[in-house]
Amino acid sequence: MTEGIGAALVGLGVAFDVVGCLGLLRLPDVYSRMQAATKCVALGTLLIVAGAVLTAGSPAVLAKGALCLIFLVLTSPTGSHALARAAHRSGTPLWEGSVLDRLAEDGEEGR
Amino acid sequence: MVNHWRTAVVALGLWLLLTWPLDPHTGRLDGTAVAAGLAVAVLVAGTRRPAPAVALGRWLEPRRYFWALVFIGVFLWQVLLANLDVAYRILHPRLPIRPGIVKIRTALESTTARTLLANAITLTPGTLTVELVDGGWLYVHWLNVRSTDPVEAGTRIAASFERILGRIFE
Repeated sequence: MTEGIGAALVGLGVAFDVVGCLGLLRLPDVYSRMQAATKCVALGTLLIVAGAVLTAGSPAVLAKGALCLIFLVLTSPTGSHALARAAHRSGTPLWEGSVLDRLAEDGEEGR
Repeated sequence: MVNHWRTAVVALGLWLLLTWPLDPHTGRLDGTAVAAGLAVAVLVAGTRRPAPAVALGRWLEPRRYFWALVFIGVFLWQVLLANLDVAYRILHPRLPIRPGIVKIRTALESTTARTLLANAITLTPGTLTVELVDGGWLYVHWLNVRSTDPVEAGTRIAASFERILGRIFE
């Protein structure tokens, strides 16, 4: 039973990862792509690890899995924020269909 | 000194969780692994810049832990909902997106709370914190801009997290 739930979670995680990769291909600019790449993939990985922990069912794996998730949740958004910020500061344009860019209007801080 | 010890204890704890030196069958503890972890933890704590002091009183209030649990629940639920929304937009043949960078303001004062808010916004699909400046202003890339007004955008993007983070950290 738990193995079935674990396998289902892994399958769902892979599905989100696939959608994230599709978004990387389909979305128009670096910022939108970062959205798909970091978040669908973060949730996908989270689900895969949760499924693996359920399938293995030992406290050692639970501890490792929980630590992996904590580090993933702390580092993944920090990394994508740093990338997006660097892209904007180095002048990478938004897609031409974008509605507005308040950051460019206000001027970059620290320049 | 206290801060050095705290770093050592946290490092050793992480090490023990990752290596799990307790044999599940015999129940014996692998002394070598523990000793190695202890040596590295002391070395790391000794060479590292001391961690900033924390207000201990806040750590002892149980209600803050209760709100931390609420935050994890709300956060996971938002991540799931928003992931489904982004997946729909990516898979839709016409790619229905309206991207843009909006500006919002947070009332949170503590840097930890602001960091967590920016991280929570970034992990929620559809919104990505691009820049954080003094005064609590956040510039957020939004995959589907629904409002360009700082107050309304802030309500839609951050309000659910902000209220709970305030109860945990302030």
